[in-house]
Amino acid sequence: MTSIASRRPKLPPPEGELAPGQVRAQRVLRAALGRHPIGMLFSAPYAFFIAVLFAYPLGLAVWISFHRYFFTAPGVSVPRPYVGLANYDAVLDDPAVRQAFLNILIFLVINVPLTVMLSLLLATALNAVIPFRAFFRTSFFVPYVTASVATVGVWLFMFSSGGIISNLLGPLAPHPSWLVNEQWAMPTIAIYVTWKGLGIFILLYLAALQGVPKELYEAAEVDGASWWHRFRSVTVPGVRQVTTLVTLLAVITGANLFTEPYLLTGGGAPNGKSTSPVLQIYETGIEQNHPDFASALGVILVVGVLLIVGIQQLVQRRQA
Amino acid sequence: MTQTVPAAPGVTAVPAAASDDVPEIEPRVPRSWWRLIALVLGALLFLFPFYYMVVGSLQRTANTALSGVIPWPGNLTLHNYSQINAALSLGKALLNSAIFTGGVLLGTLVFGVLAGYALAQLRFRGRGLVFAFMLLLLMVPFQLLIIPLYVLIVRDYGLGDSYLGMIAPFAINSTAVFIFRQFFLHLPKELFDAARIDGASELRVLTRVALPLVRPAVLTAMLLTFIGPWNEFLWPLLITKQQSMQPLTVALANYISTVSGVATNPYGAIMAGAVVLAVPVVVLVIVFQRHFVSVNIGSAVKG
Repeated sequence: MTSIASRRPKLPPPEGELAPGQVRAQRVLRAALGRHPIGMLFSAPYAFFIAVLFAYPLGLAVWISFHRYFFTAPGVSVPRPYVGLANYDAVLDDPAVRQAFLNILIFLVINVPLTVMLSLLLATALNAVIPFRAFFRTSFFVPYVTASVATVGVWLFMFSSGGIISNLLGPLAPHPSWLVNEQWAMPTIAIYVTWKGLGIFILLYLAALQGVPKELYEAAEVDGASWWHRFRSVTVPGVRQVTTLVTLLAVITGANLFTEPYLLTGGGAPNGKSTSPVLQIYETGIEQNHPDFASALGVILVVGVLLIVGIQQLVQRRQA
Repeated sequence: MTQTVPAAPGVTAVPAAASDDVPEIEPRVPRSWWRLIALVLGALLFLFPFYYMVVGSLQRTANTALSGVIPWPGNLTLHNYSQINAALSLGKALLNSAIFTGGVLLGTLVFGVLAGYALAQLRFRGRGLVFAFMLLLLMVPFQLLIIPLYVLIVRDYGLGDSYLGMIAPFAINSTAVFIFRQFFLHLPKELFDAARIDGASELRVLTRVALPLVRPAVLTAMLLTFIGPWNEFLWPLLITKQQSMQPLTVALANYISTVSGVATNPYGAIMAGAVVLAVPVVVLVIVFQRHFVSVNIGSAVKG
């Protein structure tokens, strides 16, 4: 690519000064490479990055999922026969995987409504001249940008048996404690993720609220609409796009859960009641040397996520 | 935001650099108290765990009672920090985190800016393809790629326990490329044509004309890019087996899941490690809060 780019003159001389053959050659070159062939050179490292570290691995993941594949000692070559959908069958039959997807569902049922309510409430509160506004905005944002490993550490401290949350709630605290309780392990993870991600949704709702025309509120007020009525008929439709986005990002976050069950509940304990698909990928693929199974699970996971995103986009476009 | 394409949650935050120019909204209801009460409760909810992290890291013995919220002078010590330092070799872990993050920042700053500029301002064969792949990359969760990347980088290329292997999958942050493209797209073409007629090379046009105009976007993108690898856990966990190569996230996580049982005050040591891990990003966010105030996912994902 380098030679092509350097062959192109930095400043193309006016076509009149060139021999007719040169003009034609230049036209052909331009048609083949575009008006700025140097763009190929500029984007070459990124294109290489995409090809080697995204496109090829993506294809490899799909390939592995249709073959029997396991790690061997370096230099040892073993047959990797095509096995059709056997890996997919194994994934769909695996009770641990089913539990992982069920856990994501529990996560979504808790995370989405909680995120929508809390972030809309705080964004509405923030959408006014308020003392210390910058302080509030920054403080909401801090958990979002802090490493999960660090914040999970504090949550372990707070939600351990005999931790401060249990001491605060006294007899109301669950037994066994939050993170080792079959009913509470996944909800505790969902609450943690809600807490961590809320900041970004507050800021998104705030931006959406600022886009709602003030005239609508004034008109509603003139019509004598109550606070609740104004909220229902002006605010909620005005921020609908963000609400959709919350749902979508929650699906993606749920599909990506790893650090939380890995550290917070020590690898999906108790009894896999807080395991996640990605944790299953890690455990089966890396720790138990079944990368074929793990790849099939990964493909199912991503196809599922892309389907949900695609359907949502279609619905939204039809509504618009 | 009609065409929102969600990216991985960790990378979607795109503070709009131009947000400072947006006039503040006038109050509809002047100084209503419910707002302040809600916000104070909210801030308490968000900041308390951080406060508790710091207090917990300074306790001689872990006090999980409600009185443990107050840092009692008699129970204060820096011992937890020396304990975690001895267990993890904190300096080495921080250095690994810094090299990992620095490599990603450098790759994104050099190659990401070049790609973003080319995608926005240059017409060349293959532009549409690169752009389409970039959008796909933003949508496909990284987690799908962990198995094939592990196969390639650790098994095939033998780059396990190396900085190159750690950095490679993150070397160019696609969200940053997207931000660069969006900002370069908004610059008037005439500006560049003028420089080109003056005989400036395309690289010179980029570094002397285009880049100075999008400096806020570069800062924003660099802040975002910093947070990704600094906080990244899963990938370095996969490819580092030797403790001397582990970034702080992995070293601390291993401490949490295995070693902490034998420490005299395990939670204190964990909190100390968490403070060290959290401080750089928290400081960045506070110092550059103007660049984080208005997060506009739309600007990051609009086609």
